[in-house]
Amino acid sequence: MTTTRRRTGGRLPVALVVPAVVGLAFLLVPLVGLLVRAPWGTLPTRLLSPSVGEALRLSLVCASLATVVCLVLGVPLAWLLARGDVPGRGVLRALVTVPLVLPPVVGGVALLFVLGRRGLVGQYLDAWFGVSLPFTTAGVVLAEAFVAMPFLVISVEGALRAADPRYEEAAATLGASRWLAFRRVTLPSILPGVVAGTVLCWARALGEFGATITFAGNFPGETTTMPLAVYLALETDPDAAIVLSVVLLLVSVGVLAALRDRWISGPS
Amino acid sequence: MTLHADLRVTRGAFRLGAELVVQPGEVVALLGPNGAGKSTALRALAGLLPLTGGHIRLGERMWDAPPDVFRPAERRPIGVVFQDYLLFAHLSALENVAFGLRARGVGRAAARAEAARWLDRVGLAAHAKARPRTLSGGQAQRVALARALATGPELLLLDEPLAALDAATRLHVRAELGRHLRDYPGHTLLVTHDPLDAMVLADRLVVLEHGEVVQEGPPTEVARRPRTDYVADLVGLNLYRGTGHGTAVSLDGGGTLTVAAPATGPVHVVFPPNAVSLHPEHPAGSPRNAWRVTVAGIEQHAHTTRVRLDGVPPVLADVTTATVADLRLRPGDELWAAVKATEAHAYPS
Repeated sequence: MTTTRRRTGGRLPVALVVPAVVGLAFLLVPLVGLLVRAPWGTLPTRLLSPSVGEALRLSLVCASLATVVCLVLGVPLAWLLARGDVPGRGVLRALVTVPLVLPPVVGGVALLFVLGRRGLVGQYLDAWFGVSLPFTTAGVVLAEAFVAMPFLVISVEGALRAADPRYEEAAATLGASRWLAFRRVTLPSILPGVVAGTVLCWARALGEFGATITFAGNFPGETTTMPLAVYLALETDPDAAIVLSVVLLLVSVGVLAALRDRWISGPS
Repeated sequence: MTLHADLRVTRGAFRLGAELVVQPGEVVALLGPNGAGKSTALRALAGLLPLTGGHIRLGERMWDAPPDVFRPAERRPIGVVFQDYLLFAHLSALENVAFGLRARGVGRAAARAEAARWLDRVGLAAHAKARPRTLSGGQAQRVALARALATGPELLLLDEPLAALDAATRLHVRAELGRHLRDYPGHTLLVTHDPLDAMVLADRLVVLEHGEVVQEGPPTEVARRPRTDYVADLVGLNLYRGTGHGTAVSLDGGGTLTVAAPATGPVHVVFPPNAVSLHPEHPAGSPRNAWRVTVAGIEQHAHTTRVRLDGVPPVLADVTTATVADLRLRPGDELWAAVKATEAHAYPS
């Protein structure tokens, strides 16, 4: 008898272990490389430089505004899909998830042709209100909301479908209208799902590139968010690109950690 | 005001067609096997399910009369205690009880004060701040009852209110529920599949099978003269009201029974018909309860023979066909009925 650990299932098969390790390296090495190449010494000054600071501020503001838009429109939409008695609910649900799989650049093009100055809706916005959305900060918010909303809707709808509708019935027997029951009973019970959806939605909006550059263009201080700034800086100032990338990486890891601790790995 | 309900609901292959009349202050138990339509009836009365025919009317006010009238749940003066209570987990006991008052437009302070009074009435004043998940089953049931009654409903609907409790808690909570129901001036409908709950709590039983009312009447009447095998099996209990003095219970209708566990004050004594044995002479040995009876009727049921016996008290006995033959039972025969004290259970009433 030895005291070494013994495996019950025999040796791990090489045919699985080798690709697994390669796959792991493939996912992690680029991120590690980014951290290795980061100019740590000058990082604080670069973060505070006008161009980086501007992109960072614009990104945070736009992603947060887009998230608010998604919450205001997305939570009621999720409720309609989960609880509403609407015909063709399955089809609606599928359509809502289209932006999730659609290449973002296609989303940007679609927005441009609808909300652009000559677009289906945009021409009236321009003629009646003098409002033009493309290539403005508002355009950035719209593009980000378009791409990020499905994350929120799916997350909230899942929480709603898992929530027992009989609590809403109990509220009704106590005299609560459906709106009151939603606010006071349903919403508090699905709060974890709403928070998870909001965080995912915000992270997606923060990283949005394709739809933003297509619909809102690239005007520093107005539409140049961090992902756009990274892409542009790569040509002129690679160190700045790395700094911006590290910031985005840290935000992503932070989001993941927040979700994992509070909402993903079961009850808190 | 009387509640008149002609409940007609057709859903797929299932049809409910039941007429119910409930007087103010009356407790009616809707009793029946699973799938008989009890829950459908309760949901229709609550306004959670529209009728497909018939009507629901309280006094002069029509609640549901397809196709023209439908008052949804939130516009009916009702209180519902659900089987698993459905207390709102994110609200305290007090906020749960205050919810209905708030929803009906009562101000925050007034609603909380009224809710506190109700919690006090059900003996949970000390748990006002507790979240539902920290309450025991019996406590949660009492919060649910307080929440349903706090709005002063005209109709109280109870859906298997004791089913989620363990046997020991049940006894206590049943007695307490009975006390609150006696104080409640409105109409009460209790849905249950437990004959004991129905018989102890209700003034009148309505037995539902396959969506139809098969029998209704006072509990003792239904127990003495069951009309279907289901009712005979389920409701055919010997049930007496009496006053306990230790292990002896003197019955309101005359006679005394000895029970296993001591009880004091007003009680129900219950034992099933198959706990009764019949003897031509005074039985020797262990039975603590033996009294003279006369055979009043003999009914053949699926597997047993039910014998109705007059005496003090009158009693039902289920005996085997062999016993019937042995004793040559005929109406008018004089016999001795015997029940072991361990078979007779006393419940506080």
